[in-house]
Amino acid sequence: MLIIFYIFAALSILGGLGVLFLRNPIHCALSLVGTFFCLGAIYVMLNAEFVAVIQVLVYAGAIMVLFLFVLMLLSSKDIEQYANKWPTGKILAGLLSLGIFVQIASLFTAGELQLGPKGAYPLDIVEEVGSIALIGRLLFTDYILSFEIIAVLLLVAVIGAVVIAKRRFQ
Amino acid sequence: MIPIEHILLLSAALFTIGVLGVMLRRNVIVIFMSIELMLNAVNLSFVTFSRGMDSMTGVIFIFFIIVVAAAEAVVGLSIILSIFRTRKTLNIDEFNILKW
Repeated sequence: MLIIFYIFAALSILGGLGVLFLRNPIHCALSLVGTFFCLGAIYVMLNAEFVAVIQVLVYAGAIMVLFLFVLMLLSSKDIEQYANKWPTGKILAGLLSLGIFVQIASLFTAGELQLGPKGAYPLDIVEEVGSIALIGRLLFTDYILSFEIIAVLLLVAVIGAVVIAKRRFQ
Repeated sequence: MIPIEHILLLSAALFTIGVLGVMLRRNVIVIFMSIELMLNAVNLSFVTFSRGMDSMTGVIFIFFIIVVAAAEAVVGLSIILSIFRTRKTLNIDEFNILKW
């Protein structure tokens, strides 16, 4: 179990590094799809099957296909190689992100992690009811207002995308 | 059971890679992908804490985060599309019309 987790963790970091270092943006997108699949596998190991399914369906499926469509639509001839013209900036970026990583990691690893009081859904209840049934019940009772708002947000995003991307005729 | 700290470290590493991508790459779409990577890192820590605390709130949050990410991707890509029509490039250093 632990070994499988480490394999998927290493693969997902490898995919992230691919996004960072590969020249061709299409290769970047494909390695990001790999990262999303590995994260989906880790979600399965964490007993969050619903999240794993929408991770693969929505992220790796829908969103990345949208990215690939736009990339192929816009394929400019000077494919990538927009070099960062400020070498000091690279060093600064490296230092800054190293600082961010150390900050977050020290928060997680320093001493015992205090997680606070336990919630109402331990693993056996989740497995008995089924995580998807549980999420559906919560979404339509406790979180119904947020659910409706997010539906309106999606509608606005669809209309906004059409309005922004359409050609303007004089 | 996977130790929680290790998953959180993985999430921190993915987030840092995303930050580096935003700062180092100059292609708008790759920068956008790095932002998606950061959102995913945060999602991973949400699931981890949700499992560790026996709570369902984190999973519900991820549902909303993924919807917001989809909306963001759609609107952002259509903005990039319409900028590309006038500028003919994807280099973010050329998108400087709002600068003064």
